Formats: sequence, C-alpha cells, structure tokens
Amino acid sequence: MRLLPALLVLLVFATGAAPQASLPDIEDEVMCVECGTALNISTSTVADQERDFIRRQIAMGKDKREVKDALVDEFGPGVLALPEETGFNLAAYLVPVGLALLAIGGLAVAARRWRRQPSPAATAPEPLAADDERRLDAELASYDRR
Amino acid sequence: MRFRASWAVILASALLVGLLAYGVASRGQDTSIDEAIASGERIEAPTARLPVLGKGGEGSLGDYEGKVVVLNFWASWCKPCTQELPLLERTHRAIAGRNALVLGVNYQDVSDSALGFVRRFKLSFPSLRDRDGEFADDYGSRAFPETFVVDRRGRIAAQRRGPVDQKWLDRALQPLLEETA
Repeated sequence: MRLLPALLVLLVFATGAAPQASLPDIEDEVMCVECGTALNISTSTVADQERDFIRRQIAMGKDKREVKDALVDEFGPGVLALPEETGFNLAAYLVPVGLALLAIGGLAVAARRWRRQPSPAATAPEPLAADDERRLDAELASYDRR
Repeated sequence: MRFRASWAVILASALLVGLLAYGVASRGQDTSIDEAIASGERIEAPTARLPVLGKGGEGSLGDYEGKVVVLNFWASWCKPCTQELPLLERTHRAIAGRNALVLGVNYQDVSDSALGFVRRFKLSFPSLRDRDGEFADDYGSRAFPETFVVDRRGRIAAQRRGPVDQKWLDRALQPLLEETA
C-alpha cells in the first residue's frame, strides 16, 4: 500500500520530464548552415560537423530544446528549419493563415453572389415585337409548307 | 461594397507581391564590393562588433583603424583554408612591425573546431566569430576562403574570392604598407 504514493510520484516526474533528445529527431528540424538544406539530407562536411555537435550536446544530457538553443548560440537563428515564433518571424506562420482565411472569405462571397443570381431558366424571355412575331410566323409557315 | 472589396484584394495582392520581392531581394548577393574594386575604387569596409574567438569580449575591424588589415574569412572544415592559413600566419608575423595585421573571421563553424584549428596551426592573429554569417553577408561572401585587404583609412583596396598566394598578397599589400593614414 505504501508503494502506491511512491509510484504516483514517480509517474508525475516521468511525465513532467523533458523527452530524451535524439539525432534523427533534431536533424530534420535543423538546417545545414552552409548548404541551406535540411540537415537530415545533407552530406556536406559542415553537416557532419553539425551532427557531431548535436551528438556531443545529447551526450551532455541536454534535451531537444536545449540542443536547439545550443545550435542557435553557435550558428545563429538561421540554423533552425522553422523560424522562432517571435517578431518578424511570426509572418511565416501568420501570412499563410491570413491567405487561407482570405481565400475562404473570397470563395464564400463568390458563392453567395453566384446563388443570388437568377438562373437563365427562371427568367422569362422578352416578348417579341409585333413585327418580329409576324415575320417568325411567316418563316415557320414556309417551313411547314415544304 | 464592391469598391471596398476590390481595394482589399488590391491591398492583399500588393502585400503578397511585396513580401515575395523582399524574399527574393534578401537572398540576392551583394556585388557592390566586387564592382568598386573592379573599377579601381576603394569602398568603405563594413564593420561590426563580434565576439573574439577563444577570448572574452568583442572586437571589430573598426578597432584597427590606422592599420592595414588583411581580413580573411575562414572555417575549420574548409580545405583551401587549411592550405592558406599557414601563409597568412607568416604574413601576419611579417607585417606586424609595419602597423598591419591579419584579422580572421570565422563563420559557419563550430567554435570548438575553430579553436582546435587555431591551436593546430599555431595561429597568432586574432579571429572574430561571425555566428550567423551576417558580417560575411555584408562582404557579399559566397564561398570559403575569401580575403579583403583594408587600407589605413578603413577602405577595401583589394579582394580575393578564393585562396590567396604569396604573389597576390605582395601585390595587394605592398602599396598599402607604404601609405600613411
């Protein structure tokens, strides 16, 4: 029975602890600073150097966030594949959302206008002028005679 | 209502085009130094306060005004840098007595590896650490190594995008060493 509280405390600590960092988990969120591609697909010497740096940081017991912070300290914020959610970098996240909202709004307005327009079948044709009606009757009569 | 909607579309399109133009322009390379040197002009050397590699504090090219500076961009993983750094170290020792020096700028590099490189080649000239490469961008940097010779008034007088040799250094340095500030 005394074991239960201890297990609960352990569970709380286990769920609260930062996840163990791993190279594959980090290298797809980091850029090769020389080649400008994601680190996980880069084979350059700089990329190898960055991977060694990450391995050393993991060996020091750092979690993913701390390793990424160390990378930024070493190479600047450009090393992150996704920009940090601060300042002008927010545009990278807000602009696509804004454009999507704009597109949805545009489509909604267009759909409403389209629904309001009367269908061609619903509108009655204008009556023919007396002159035109006489000519049409004569034409149709001539077709009937053939 | 229709008038307001079309203005909103125009504004949104203009913002999008502006953002795209900014993105394209910010990725372009600065060729102003190359153009100035090619036409025989001297252009003011960009300066920035940067951490000094392996030492506390910051340094800047501007700290050496009145001196001729051979500004060399290097990284420890760059093979041609390995080949030219011994020559630059010799040059630094040779010109030190003539109010001149070599100043390294290390970037796109892990600082521990860069320091290992300094020890391995017994480099005595100072190096600044351009963490995010912004200083290198100011020089229109595109590959390693690159070298700029700055006169006593802080203007770029010669540049080499690629490894330097003794002949090039002599040709670029000698006239500047004769000049007074």
